[in-house]
Amino acid sequence: MKIPYPVFLKRSQDAPKWMPFVTSVGAVLLAFIISGIVLAATGANPLKVYSYFFKASFGSWGAFSDVIVKATPLLLIGLGCSLAFKMRLWNIGAEGQFFVGAFLASAVVMVPLVNLETTPRWAIVSLMALLGMIGGSLYGFIPGFLKAKLNINEVIITLMLNYIAVLWNNYWIFGKWSEAGFQMTKTFPHSAWLPRLADYAKEIPAFSGMTAHAGILFGLIAAVIVYLIIYRSKWGYKITLIGDNPKAARYAGINIAANTILIFMVSGALAGLAGMTEVSGVVHRLQERISTSYGFSGVIVAWLAKLNPFAVILVSILFGALLVASREIQPSGISFLIQGITLFLIISSDVLLKYEIKWVRPAQETAQ
Amino acid sequence: MNWIEIFRSGISTGTVLLIAAIGETLTERSGIQNLGVEGMMLVGAMAGFKVAYQSGNVWLGLLAAIAAGGLLSLAHALVTIHFQADQTVSGLSLTFLGTGLALVLGDGLTGMTAPVIPSFTIPLLSQVPYLGPVAFANHNLLVYVGYLLVPLSWYYIHKTRPGLHLRAVGENPAAADTLGVNIYRTRYLYTFIGGCFAGLAGAAISVAIAPGWYSNLTVNGQGWIAVALVIFAHWNPWRVALGGYLFGVLRRFTLDLQGPRLLFGLANPFFFNTNLVFFLQMAPYILTIIALIWGSSAARKKRIGSPAALGVPYQRGERGL
Repeated sequence: MKIPYPVFLKRSQDAPKWMPFVTSVGAVLLAFIISGIVLAATGANPLKVYSYFFKASFGSWGAFSDVIVKATPLLLIGLGCSLAFKMRLWNIGAEGQFFVGAFLASAVVMVPLVNLETTPRWAIVSLMALLGMIGGSLYGFIPGFLKAKLNINEVIITLMLNYIAVLWNNYWIFGKWSEAGFQMTKTFPHSAWLPRLADYAKEIPAFSGMTAHAGILFGLIAAVIVYLIIYRSKWGYKITLIGDNPKAARYAGINIAANTILIFMVSGALAGLAGMTEVSGVVHRLQERISTSYGFSGVIVAWLAKLNPFAVILVSILFGALLVASREIQPSGISFLIQGITLFLIISSDVLLKYEIKWVRPAQETAQ
Repeated sequence: MNWIEIFRSGISTGTVLLIAAIGETLTERSGIQNLGVEGMMLVGAMAGFKVAYQSGNVWLGLLAAIAAGGLLSLAHALVTIHFQADQTVSGLSLTFLGTGLALVLGDGLTGMTAPVIPSFTIPLLSQVPYLGPVAFANHNLLVYVGYLLVPLSWYYIHKTRPGLHLRAVGENPAAADTLGVNIYRTRYLYTFIGGCFAGLAGAAISVAIAPGWYSNLTVNGQGWIAVALVIFAHWNPWRVALGGYLFGVLRRFTLDLQGPRLLFGLANPFFFNTNLVFFLQMAPYILTIIALIWGSSAARKKRIGSPAALGVPYQRGERGL
């Protein structure tokens, strides 16, 4: 029989340990090269653009602080996605969960749920974080429930919920919560702000003007927790088993439906927390543009990090840099383009991990 | 409210979903799920508008849109068919890639005007009461093409030999392979065709139904709705048409709700509180979710499933030839 193409893939037993790292790094480099070609085709000088990229994101401590600000939501969302993807649940709804989390966190200030004058700052901020997580997890419950009980494609549901969440927020910021007709709420009082580096500029002058906020600590703690869940807990073993082999998991008596809903809610809670850190740590109000597609970039971050929580930290910093740099670069689609190409190369490179590629020589072919 | 106009323009908007969803139906019938419809539609919309704008010829724009959608889909085909990557992730990255490409290449097109697909009325048929003015009056050419696509694609899938091969590849590729059907080639072909349809659907927006380039708001989620429509329609072109047109009409209806002061004799809340409009804008997305829930329970009752091999890569070598 004739083979339609001259290579064939042989399932490899064990790819060397360094392989995933090499393929990830290779994919990112290749993505930059290909994007450079596209840039050149549109008339820009790719080297200039990239050196500008680097300077704008790692050129100074202040710039790096901006990168951390952008990396914070990516880290939280990337962790949530990693957890869901481990079970092969495609939660593309982080964007919506982010918005609902931001909404509920803002409710603490806007309703207000507590007396903003007398309640201590740590209590207000903790309540906001809690409500952000509740908001995200409730919004994650919907696709989780529909997937578990009716087996409805979670990709479509989560995407539709993204649009709904943005419109829901718009209803509030254009209406009831609007500040003097502008499409945003009033600025939150200081007692509802996550502490920032700049707050300590008096003690440490180097921190002045730095906007990195305590949200990154949430992200780092979450990374450790997610690591412990996935790699060190019985629950994590169950999740991995369901993802790798649902049939075996069912025979082993694991409740797949309950875990589906639960994982969706935890994943949503992390995205909701990201929304909270953005309103409480960065913009200090609820407004229309609080996310530059963090929800989608988080998907790529998770995939690029091969769902490893500690790798998610590094990758989210890299993508944070990309977002910081691309703020001022025209045309605005460049960062989307690089992200799309990176993701494609990553999933293509996975074939190198799973298979050995063998060339089929004509002699071999005729022998068969 | 002008019901004739609501239905007429509903059919027009529904055509976009119809074209994209029929393409995706063909792709999914071969066992490949391409979630990148949104990205391919954006690239199609951009390419169609850009070429029509620069050449002054709308037909060239249409061809460019079809080619652009098809070419982009080949990335998905290569990665999922040869590299056996996860189809969900690949489709998602295709959307990123398409959005990025469309934004970069479409830079500076916003606000320009380009020639559009001509509209015309079909004599005689347009005289039929109710149906005529709704379905055959003053529509652009692509709407009429949409009417033809439905029976043709159904006939192709169910009554022709290549259609039989297509279904076999999607249901049981190993069996189809033993009968001499080339699985890889078939899947490449229908992924490509699906991409061409998505590109055409994008151009149907940018050079026909809502002419212009408004960056990623041009398509604004319709690609995802088209994917949902395929599931809702159980991979059947007739149900795709029903769902697509229904969707278009409901969408137009919710837009028109904002107009009148009185609604069924009562004060219209959407007229007096413009912020409630955001809830009207949610309607298409909520409808999609309801349609998916409805479609899935109907499928369970009738025991209709997705093509059995949908999303499953086929690796011939693994069975030792």
